[in-house]
Amino acid sequence: MLTLTSPVKTPLHQMRAGPKLATLALFTFALFWTTSPLHLGIALVAVVALYLTGGTQFARHGARMLRPLWPFVAVVGLWHLWLDDLTAGAVVLLRMGAAVAAANLVTVTTRLSDMITVLERLARPLAPLLPPQRLALAIALVIRFIPVLSERAAQLGQAYRARSGRAPGWRLFAPAALAALDDAENVSQALRARGGTG
Amino acid sequence: MERSLTHIALFAALIAVLGLVPRVDLAAGVPITAQSLGIMLCGTVLGAKRGALAVLLFLLLVALGLPLLSGGRGGLGVFVGPSAGFLIGFPVAAFVAGWIMERTTLAPFWAATCGGVIGGIGVLYVFGISGMAIVLGKSLPEAALLGLAFLPGDVIKAVLTGFVTQAIARARPAALLARA
Repeated sequence: MLTLTSPVKTPLHQMRAGPKLATLALFTFALFWTTSPLHLGIALVAVVALYLTGGTQFARHGARMLRPLWPFVAVVGLWHLWLDDLTAGAVVLLRMGAAVAAANLVTVTTRLSDMITVLERLARPLAPLLPPQRLALAIALVIRFIPVLSERAAQLGQAYRARSGRAPGWRLFAPAALAALDDAENVSQALRARGGTG
Repeated sequence: MERSLTHIALFAALIAVLGLVPRVDLAAGVPITAQSLGIMLCGTVLGAKRGALAVLLFLLLVALGLPLLSGGRGGLGVFVGPSAGFLIGFPVAAFVAGWIMERTTLAPFWAATCGGVIGGIGVLYVFGISGMAIVLGKSLPEAALLGLAFLPGDVIKAVLTGFVTQAIARARPAALLARA
């Protein structure tokens, strides 16, 4: 399955995942702490500059990932235009843009396997409650079964269309959930037959 | 133990798959993504604890960088964006919906619909609206006004949660872990 990691190699790909995530946490905390539009503007320019170190194609991909924010930008922008309080509006929008863009930047420059390594390290203190191998198995099961279940849902949809000539719409939800329940039952028996989850 | 683990994992996968399903336009062109239906089903089918864990597992994979949220969104950015409050509220909503399913003796349809309304609208909106208020720098009533746009879709989804849970209760009574 596709991840969000960018195939374009940037200098940030070289950085280790742990320090990168720690820097992001500090950066985000600072963004929500300051209320100066100047500082927030500098932060946004810095994030954009980091995107540009990966080339224009990489930066354009980053801009596309911000697209879901536009409705909120429009609402907040109009709201503050109407209130005639542009500084407050700029603070909100700059902060949101910088925070989301920085977090996306860490996501697109870090491989899934590196993220999972950091997660395992962070989850180590929880080991008595949640054994690491069980968490790893759960993650692997989800990743493996997303394509299985979505293919099952597509088959159910085609079967419905063949019978009725209409799109299945919401009628697909119950059989899809039943398929997930049945698979869960079968996989649990298969795991138990092979010695359980340890 | 294996049974809990596989149910949690498979329902986390189901949430993702329901987000991939092209969105359904119900009457009057109300667009609906089925993802939050999946969240509610985790609670009403698996019960409070397992349901919340399934949603947490799903969010963990989103945070790790898989594009599993509806519209192919994912990564760390969504947890600081305007809808972050809704994401944080998802496991709590599933827990509340599951708790209502477990603790009431109503018929599955009514119990799950109530769970969908109280968990998926009441509880989820508290988190979602607070999140929008913080990220967008608005007061709570202003953010609530923005949240109203989602209300018609979520009412329909609560009823759909009831129907799907009822269908599962009829087809696989023993598999409805919330009532087992």
